[in-house]
Amino acid sequence: MDVVALLVIVAIIAAVAAIVSAPLRKRAIDTRDDRGDRLEELEARKQAKYREIRDAEMDFETGKLSERDHRLLDRQLRAEAMDVLRAIDEEG
Amino acid sequence: MAIVGRALLILVLVVAAYGICASIYGARRAKPEFVVSGRRSVYAIAALCSGAFFILELAFLRSDFSFATVASHSSTTTPTFYRAAAAWSSQEGSLLLWVWLLSLWSSLVLFLTRKQLRRVAPYATAILLGFAAFFASLLVFSVTPFGVLASVPPEGNGLNPLLRHPSMMIHPPMLYSGYTLFAIPFAFAIGALITRQVDAADWIRATRRFALAAWFFLGIGILLGARWSYTELGWGGYWAWDPVENASLLPWLTGTAFLHSIMIQEKRGMLKIWNISLVLTTGILSILGTFLVRSGILDSIHAFGASTLGVPFVALISAMIIASIGLVVWRRQALRSDNRLDSMLSREAIFLANNLVLVAMAFVVFWGTFWPLIAEALTGNRRALGPPWFDKYTVPLALVLVLLSGIGPVIAWRKATASNARRNFLVPAGLAIGLGVVLAVLGVGSRPLAFAMFVVGAFVVASVGQEFWRGVGVRRRMSGEAPLAALLSLVGRNRRRYGGYIVHVGMAALFIGVAASTAFNDARDVVMKPGQTAKVGNTVFTYVRPTSRISTTSDGRLEKISFGSVVAVRRDGKLVTTLHPERSYFPSRDLSLGPISRFLGGEATSEVGLRAGLRGDIWAAMTPDKAALQPEIDQGDKVFAAAQGKIPAKVEAQLLGQALRGLANRYVTNPPPATFRLITSPLVTWIWLGAIIVFLGGLIAIWPGERDPLRRRAQAKYAARLAKELGRAAGHSTGAPATDAP
Repeated sequence: MDVVALLVIVAIIAAVAAIVSAPLRKRAIDTRDDRGDRLEELEARKQAKYREIRDAEMDFETGKLSERDHRLLDRQLRAEAMDVLRAIDEEG
Repeated sequence: MAIVGRALLILVLVVAAYGICASIYGARRAKPEFVVSGRRSVYAIAALCSGAFFILELAFLRSDFSFATVASHSSTTTPTFYRAAAAWSSQEGSLLLWVWLLSLWSSLVLFLTRKQLRRVAPYATAILLGFAAFFASLLVFSVTPFGVLASVPPEGNGLNPLLRHPSMMIHPPMLYSGYTLFAIPFAFAIGALITRQVDAADWIRATRRFALAAWFFLGIGILLGARWSYTELGWGGYWAWDPVENASLLPWLTGTAFLHSIMIQEKRGMLKIWNISLVLTTGILSILGTFLVRSGILDSIHAFGASTLGVPFVALISAMIIASIGLVVWRRQALRSDNRLDSMLSREAIFLANNLVLVAMAFVVFWGTFWPLIAEALTGNRRALGPPWFDKYTVPLALVLVLLSGIGPVIAWRKATASNARRNFLVPAGLAIGLGVVLAVLGVGSRPLAFAMFVVGAFVVASVGQEFWRGVGVRRRMSGEAPLAALLSLVGRNRRRYGGYIVHVGMAALFIGVAASTAFNDARDVVMKPGQTAKVGNTVFTYVRPTSRISTTSDGRLEKISFGSVVAVRRDGKLVTTLHPERSYFPSRDLSLGPISRFLGGEATSEVGLRAGLRGDIWAAMTPDKAALQPEIDQGDKVFAAAQGKIPAKVEAQLLGQALRGLANRYVTNPPPATFRLITSPLVTWIWLGAIIVFLGGLIAIWPGERDPLRRRAQAKYAARLAKELGRAAGHSTGAPATDAP
């Protein structure tokens, strides 16, 4: 085998080993826990609910929903959003 | 360099195996350092694959024939442009491209989610590394791109001439980007199932853009393939229901269904089993697509992909199917819907119908594609189903799909009332019916399916146009912006919604093009001599004169001999255009052929004569009667065989060149008849324009969120107002999240 090629391969192996094993040497600490996961999930739900409220507004403005239907739907969506906010408060 | 390339691939395999173990161990034992190490394995693999691919590309560009794959798939006469693409024309090169793209996308998604999805991401990492390990093991143990030849040949076999087309530079990387990107939602779905995080919105949010990108790239790949077929294969069509074409269409169909239905899960927490099944099916179909193009188990025009990789692929696909079904059944309780469909007159219901149609189309395509294997298993005879069978089922389904893509945008989420629906459908339906009446008067109704597609296509364009019109109106009322500014900000602030609408318009245009060019095309195969004419519909084609040319490479070596024609096209006696179709013959490396025969005995390609326009295309391909030249070819073979070894090689080459030029001249001065395929086809260009609109819409939907601080401030303001209202109502206070302002 070509000596240069051999040296290149050894250098690559060393670099890969260093990159991959670095977290093991540093003992990386993940500050996230189950509560963090739950908050993350609730945050995503909150964003989705906000988007839904926004879409309902857009549907109303563009004539796809009557004023009465929009009022009912908006109330329902806001109630659902409040449930999410309550859950966030409880987690927080 | 080959040894370094080989070492890189072995290292990929080792690092992937380590990364799988580290990710799973880290997740199960709650050791984040191992999870991070597993993620870093993916980054390392991306770097290693990039190195391996770079070495292979370099070998192709330098025509290093010590690499077996370079010798068999390239040559010094292959233009540099195509030498770069020749890497993925080979089995081993395309598999390396697959794993390289996978490693890049995997690195990107894991980097973007490095601070999220703590529980799902390690398992997704393991799945993605599992795919990388599978392909790396094929490259290490079965088909290495870094195999070297004991004796280096002075010249390579060259790139298959059929692949010397600009589309082919981009087509495979696009398809493979689509396939590999679909592996990402698949991996995260498996991770979500394992960790019971199936109702979590965050993994969907994190991978949705990757699913959209997969759909985008796969779509581009499919369309480039269709364009290549239309302009290069010489049969005049753009879609033949070829198994490999179908294989790429399958994940695209289920992926399209997923992109629609996932919105229902995000908004309503519904259809979880359906969505997870769709994303898993799409992932499996992506591997199946790779398998079909690389295995050669089904007869296809993509015969250059044939190989013996069947067993490992079947094992992988079986494992994916079993694991997917098992996990969905195991987690069925967690996959229950949070809500029910409020009304059949809602956008959710339309999306559901759209999903059923897309899945039905996918099933039809799957059944038709695999029928030869099913028939062989049942009867012992392999029988393929042709385009009429596919058309019989897919055309009505496509009609319904296009209709639904017009209904969806004008119907509200949750529940629409009949009076609102009437108001929203009035203008689009009126315009579509009006167009229908005009078309019926013009006699288009004689082709009912095409007629129906024109009407529903018009309905889609009108309904989406109405949505833009009203949306711009709302923006102008709210902000007082000028119409164009209002349009741009409307689209910019609702990229997914309006990008999606643009896609619908593009699909309508594309299907109108397909319907018109299928139902109203005129085609004729005819043998003509110079001076003769053929009538196709109301178009008269005249074979004016033959042409011939010899193409050489920059170093003077013969690349191909082309026999062509000049064809004048007239309508109502007026010259419309002049076409120059030709057939090119590439040299064979079969030494058993005579010296002259060899130059005409290799692959042949068609350069079609095409005049494309918005109203229709005029298309011509020709095949010269090569047999008429055979006496001269045989004579030349005899003369050169007799002179072999008696004259210097340089002189022999010069004489050979003269003989070939004589043959080319003989074709022009005493032309034999040629077989022409002549086609006039309306609205083909609409297909390509529709595709461009589709991808423009897709690009708008994929594009990352605006980073403009003014817009972010507006978003934050809107979210703060909403949060304040909600917080006041709930008696709680909460932070102000960023969300799109209306």
